[in-house]
Amino acid sequence: MKPAPFRYHAPRSRADLLALLAELDDSRLLAGGQSLVPLLNLRLAGPANLIDLNTVPGLDEIEMHGDTLRIGAMARQRATEHSSVIRLRCPLLTEALGHVGHQQTRNRGTIGGSLAHMDPTAELPVVASAMDATLWLESTRGARSLPFADWSAGYLATQIAPDEVLTRIEFPCWPTGHGWGFAEITRRGGGFAMVAVAALVLRDAAGTITRAAIAIGGLGATPVRATAAEALLTGRIPDDELIHDAAASAASLSAEGDLYAPSDYKQHLAGVLTERTLLQAIQRSGTHV
Amino acid sequence: MSERIAISVTVNGVVHQAEVEPRLNLADFLRDHLRLTGTHIGCEHGVCGACTILFDGATARSCLMFAVQADGHAITTIEGVASPDGTLHPIQAALSAHHGLQCGYCTPGVVMTLLELQRERDGTPIEEAELRHALSGHLCRCTGYQGIVDAALDVL
Repeated sequence: MKPAPFRYHAPRSRADLLALLAELDDSRLLAGGQSLVPLLNLRLAGPANLIDLNTVPGLDEIEMHGDTLRIGAMARQRATEHSSVIRLRCPLLTEALGHVGHQQTRNRGTIGGSLAHMDPTAELPVVASAMDATLWLESTRGARSLPFADWSAGYLATQIAPDEVLTRIEFPCWPTGHGWGFAEITRRGGGFAMVAVAALVLRDAAGTITRAAIAIGGLGATPVRATAAEALLTGRIPDDELIHDAAASAASLSAEGDLYAPSDYKQHLAGVLTERTLLQAIQRSGTHV
Repeated sequence: MSERIAISVTVNGVVHQAEVEPRLNLADFLRDHLRLTGTHIGCEHGVCGACTILFDGATARSCLMFAVQADGHAITTIEGVASPDGTLHPIQAALSAHHGLQCGYCTPGVVMTLLELQRERDGTPIEEAELRHALSGHLCRCTGYQGIVDAALDVL
């Protein structure tokens, strides 16, 4: 239960960080450490080099640029959870963060760390999927961005190249008056979710849904969008039947079973949670449009 | 691979200099190097909460940090909570009065979270649901949660 030896690197600038990434083989980036260090302690990971991002300044901004929320990869989950601008403009993120681990792990855990780790049951990838977030990567070769839809490379894997670092995540905020919902089923509070769902809804003055996003985590390696359910909702005034139909559509998405939840149970949960989050989102939407 | 790195860490107000292997976790550094054995180790992967300390004033799992990362930072452990004359902190006194500990293994971590809540609430009473949510990051295998909650509601 102790990590294997590694060399520790503490770059003091972004330039030093990128140079280290270009130079070192077999390195892992240490962000908040709330997922990586357990893997090191359990010796499920054993990199030769650990590069600490905590000593690099300027990676933890939380800023609005127009309608886009920019979050530095090293912004702590708890600082993000407590941000008043995020609560106002991107309340789905605030609500989902309350489900991430525990406050003691959110104090250290980062937004970028969770999105780079890509645990299939993690909450932040579900939010990134629902909001069509953009992820920015840097290396000595330059900067590039990827939409979240192209981010995953399978279980616990992303498109980050060995010499790259995730520096910033951009969330396009929905207009004022949109509704949001987030719900998950865990075996115990603060534990890993079996299924997690995020829903966003925008309605016009007549109550018609003009835009909907539903992202479901836990069904496979990466969150999926319930695009058929989104299409059902769009252009309609929601009632119980419509919400039920959307939930049934979400429950028909394919799911990979695991030790705790067989695939049909996960599909059942996807339907139940889609219904719950849509009801939340619809109730919270509309009055300001 | 057995490089050692010099660090300077303030623990409970006292500056400590040491040379440590990078893979030494902070909990082991506190316990084995500084002999501050009040910080307990349970699961070593961040789940149980026994090793929770205050890192620059915020709760953190000391089993999920390396001692090298504490260089230049300030840590509070359970040894730094009571007054130097031994008078218990009000949170400790409330835990005692409400039988909020049995074997005591989880208690140092619980105290750290209650200190953080007390600072953040700054006198605003806490709802029981919110308190239980905050305490969900601590496992008490004596299942003594009710006493912990009673103590916290009394003092926060």
